[in-house]
Amino acid sequence: MKYNIDSRGYYGKFGGAYIPEMLYPNVEELRENYLTVMEDPSFQKEFNSLLKDYVGRPSPLYFASRLSAKYETQIYLKREDLNHTGAHKINNTIGQILMAERLGKKRIIAETGAGQHGVATATVCALKGLECVVYMGEIDIERQAPNVARMKMLGATVIPARSGSKTLKDATNEAIRDWINNPIDTHYIIGSVVGPHPYPDMVAKFQSVVSAEIKSQLLTQTGKDAPDYVVACVGGGSNAAGAYYHYLENTDVKLIAVEAAGYGVNSGESAATSVLGKEGIIHGSKTLLMQTDDGQITEPYSISAGLDYPGIGPMHAHLFDTGRAEFVAITDNDAMNAGLELCKLEGIIPAIESAHALAIFEKKCFGKDEVVVLSLSGRGDKDLATYISHFNLI
Amino acid sequence: MKNRIQKTLANNQKIVSIYFTAGFPNLNDTCTILEKLEKAGVDMVEIGLPFSDPLADGPTIQESSTQALKNGMTAVRLFEQLKDIRKTVSIPLVLMGYFNPILQFGVEAFCQQCKAVGIDGLIIPDLPVDVYENEYKHLFESYGLLNILLITPQTSDTRIRTIDSISKGFVYMVSSASVTGSQKGFGEAQTAYFQRIASMGLKNPLVVGFGISSPETFAQAIEHTNGAIIGSAFIKHLREFGVEKIDQFIEKIRGH
Repeated sequence: MKYNIDSRGYYGKFGGAYIPEMLYPNVEELRENYLTVMEDPSFQKEFNSLLKDYVGRPSPLYFASRLSAKYETQIYLKREDLNHTGAHKINNTIGQILMAERLGKKRIIAETGAGQHGVATATVCALKGLECVVYMGEIDIERQAPNVARMKMLGATVIPARSGSKTLKDATNEAIRDWINNPIDTHYIIGSVVGPHPYPDMVAKFQSVVSAEIKSQLLTQTGKDAPDYVVACVGGGSNAAGAYYHYLENTDVKLIAVEAAGYGVNSGESAATSVLGKEGIIHGSKTLLMQTDDGQITEPYSISAGLDYPGIGPMHAHLFDTGRAEFVAITDNDAMNAGLELCKLEGIIPAIESAHALAIFEKKCFGKDEVVVLSLSGRGDKDLATYISHFNLI
Repeated sequence: MKNRIQKTLANNQKIVSIYFTAGFPNLNDTCTILEKLEKAGVDMVEIGLPFSDPLADGPTIQESSTQALKNGMTAVRLFEQLKDIRKTVSIPLVLMGYFNPILQFGVEAFCQQCKAVGIDGLIIPDLPVDVYENEYKHLFESYGLLNILLITPQTSDTRIRTIDSISKGFVYMVSSASVTGSQKGFGEAQTAYFQRIASMGLKNPLVVGFGISSPETFAQAIEHTNGAIIGSAFIKHLREFGVEKIDQFIEKIRGH
């Protein structure tokens, strides 16, 4: 296992659990139990049954014929946008709520940026009748009113994060502080493959259902279970981790990670962590993150709230460091155009996060017979206001 | 040769220690605050190196950190300010900072600077015990720096023993399951915890921190331990009075 996690909780030199002692018992309890719980047949049975009957899995692997024709290659879209709540996020929250239940937790906390993970968490808390508290940056609360309303309808309490830059990284800090203050009965459902070990591994394993399905669907549709490329956008990197997971060690499959360049990688307004980041510690994990020379974490920018995170998961830092994945940065404009193009060519309105991945086809040429699987991580309903203002649609 | 922290704790059974964020309220207040604290009879000081994302801190210290960073505080600047501090201040000085700024500075270079200006110990809340022991213990010790480790009411006895065995200055007892500054007062559970740890017979002295804001909580904290650290309450004092009246704050906490 060269690219997956090692027994100490590291991907190469990245990962680990750089946490204050106050969090040690919480994280240690999870670390000691997560694999045993996940491998338990009763857990597997409930997880799979909820993924099937509640989330609607397997999500289709759709051959996008008009998109393929335009770019003269073979493009398959993994339709995570068709999941309940509209994105891949629910795969993880279903897994973690079952984990929380088995660890005897009564209260759930989460952080959210745009609100997608907050909604997915509030959803599973409603499903299980558990108390739910979601931390969200004060600025994001203003920008994402519909998702705030959704969380409230689902019974969650939304608490504004007013510290620091009042966005996702600060919401994450607040959730961690809550966990320090409530160490016994609370489980923290982190939303991506970030945070202290075992979170990156646990979240990647819950999301790995995506590539498990791709393998069997691709085999049925093409006669081969491995594509030439897997393409996914990376903010923290959970949809990419899920789409890559079962191909990590198969180096015949090329992995492409698409980051948000914002106004451009060198514009000062960007979230392209692999280019702009340096090795350091964020939210309990050693990884690549955007920071000043003095080690202060900086605020990223992207039109896509889901990619607007100053770090990347340690798995992705390792994939970048080893060259296992190719990292490409896509600007706001290119992503928006690619999103609109998918609407016109395939009748699918993608989330702006996923639109970043779609923009790869303007950047990079693929062979006529090469199979490219792209993770369409979410649907664009939540982004309508951004599409409207960007394209002057009304 | 004993480190200043060890000497102070050996001489004095009940120490009062103060935390403040370097660069707050004003960029160049650091040395003035240190001198006034020593004059006011404080036994030890923790100097906070501000960080953008202080996970273990409550709102008061977070805000002081944000302000200090706005004021332009950096590790480089702090070491510059402290270069002659040992001409005027003789009490033990501990630097408290999150790990990322120290990593960017370079851990060894950071230790060198600490030694050069006369820092006696480090508190790095997000440097975990195992990483410290495997990767940095030797380095810190080679520069004469004592790494201060934390325990909480949730820390198991086995782990407390491990932490005690690798600690050389004192064991920092976090008073309750909380971030800094969030306690109103200490109840029975905390008193029982102070007693329980005190009765373990650890080799290191115990100093309590988090939630000490008044003569009452100070008295409760030191009853079974060797001292207490006051952070957020002092930051609030600085916010209100600047560097004035520091002696009055210390007198009040001591209950004189």
